Amino acid sequence: MRRLADVLAPLALIGLLLAAWEIACRVLAVPSYFLPPPSAVAKALAGDTGSLLKAAGYTLWNALAALLIASALAQLLAVTVALSRLLERAVQPLAVILQVTPVVAIAPIVNIWAGTDHPGRAVVALAVVVAFFPIYSGAIAGLKSADPDLSRLFDLYGASRLQRLARLQIPSAVPYLLQGHKVAAGLAIVGAVVAEFVAGSGKVQGLAWRIMDASFKLQTPRMFAALVLLGLMGAALYAVLEAAERAGLRWWRGR
Amino acid sequence: MSVAALRKVEVEYAGRGRALGPFDLTVGQGEIVALVGPSGCGKSTALRLLAGLEGPTRGEVLRAPGRGETAVVFQAPTLAPWLSARANTALPLELAGVRKAEAAARAEAALARVGLAGAADARPAQLSGGMAMRVSLARALVTEPRLLLLDEPFAALDEITRRALADDVLALWAQSKPAIVFVTHNVEEAAYMASRVVVMTRGPGRAAGEAAVAGPLPRPPGFRTTAAFRETAEAVSSLLAEGMAA
Repeated sequence: MRRLADVLAPLALIGLLLAAWEIACRVLAVPSYFLPPPSAVAKALAGDTGSLLKAAGYTLWNALAALLIASALAQLLAVTVALSRLLERAVQPLAVILQVTPVVAIAPIVNIWAGTDHPGRAVVALAVVVAFFPIYSGAIAGLKSADPDLSRLFDLYGASRLQRLARLQIPSAVPYLLQGHKVAAGLAIVGAVVAEFVAGSGKVQGLAWRIMDASFKLQTPRMFAALVLLGLMGAALYAVLEAAERAGLRWWRGR
Repeated sequence: MSVAALRKVEVEYAGRGRALGPFDLTVGQGEIVALVGPSGCGKSTALRLLAGLEGPTRGEVLRAPGRGETAVVFQAPTLAPWLSARANTALPLELAGVRKAEAAARAEAALARVGLAGAADARPAQLSGGMAMRVSLARALVTEPRLLLLDEPFAALDEITRRALADDVLALWAQSKPAIVFVTHNVEEAAYMASRVVVMTRGPGRAAGEAAVAGPLPRPPGFRTTAAFRETAEAVSSLLAEGMAA
């Protein structure tokens, strides 16, 4: 009963807000190009489902590819760096610079490198840049998170560097890695969308281009329809990764 | 014959000054020594010196046991949450290169010795505090150490569990007679478990004195009500009081 209420409460709020929005648009006679009522957005979504879903699939695919690449790169670098304090010191400032530089600012140069014929590559590359940092910093923190007394036991029994890494540091990092991937997944979508905007051409068939294309044509209901899909996609991805995190933690803790 | 000894050791930490010493301690074969002293007197530091986990700033540490012949049990069970009780117990063997199957078999035998034969597959999160401490004890015993160091091992447990574990440790000691040094701030626990109680002054700790405990080990039932036990506990208490004043 309580669980049902937990599920229904947000749905009820969304329904209420949509109703208020619909009524306000009609009563105040707001022009549709300025703020379309939910019914118009729904109509646009229904009328254009195929092409919008295809665009959403394109963006999601790029974001997922970027997440996988970022995950591999970040974990590989973190493990390498964990073997040497000096290396970690050396890499740290570069990693921070990469993190704090807005992705919009580096998008044009990445577009040039990817080549104008391959804007998809630039989209993936930029999403990788954004998704990299949470996984990398999670891995670095996680590799250092081992229980100090457990670490002393490894000293006591003369564990080698590799034994310590494989049997203590990497397993200790698992909760941090799960958390890092959850954050990175959301950021990968943000990165992909931003990159699509900057690429700004019909060659990139993602949701961002749909939004831009619709805005050029003042088709505001279609813009909203694409936005709705983008929001749903992000929420779904987040839910999947949160479930994965919970399952992963259950396995790690054994309950 | 001594298993380990501290000779006029002093330990200083940058920014915190001296933590221990000068302090002398000799641990004989098969002896059970309790280190008692106020908080911050350097008991745990002395234990880390005996374990070889730390070096002294001055003085000398003599250790007969080789690698893998010293075991430490910490205040917390310090188990890896991602490993079963069996795998946690087998860890010291696997780090030493013992084959997985043999390590697992020896780990199960060690778990059986601490009364956890049925819990080999359980994860630490599924164990009670007392059971987790027993796994920690099994992990320490699995290498058949010559020197067993216990750093306030029962401090986080309730009184009934503490007493049961104290008897268990003594029963386990009787099987292979390793030298045991254990740190505690509980006078009664020291007088019950040790053959000799070394009392330290407040930090930086020096020896305030020591008391031998008469009576058989492991302790017979009702030992806590004997005159020998009470006299030792009294003697340790007054040494502690002198050490605090010093």
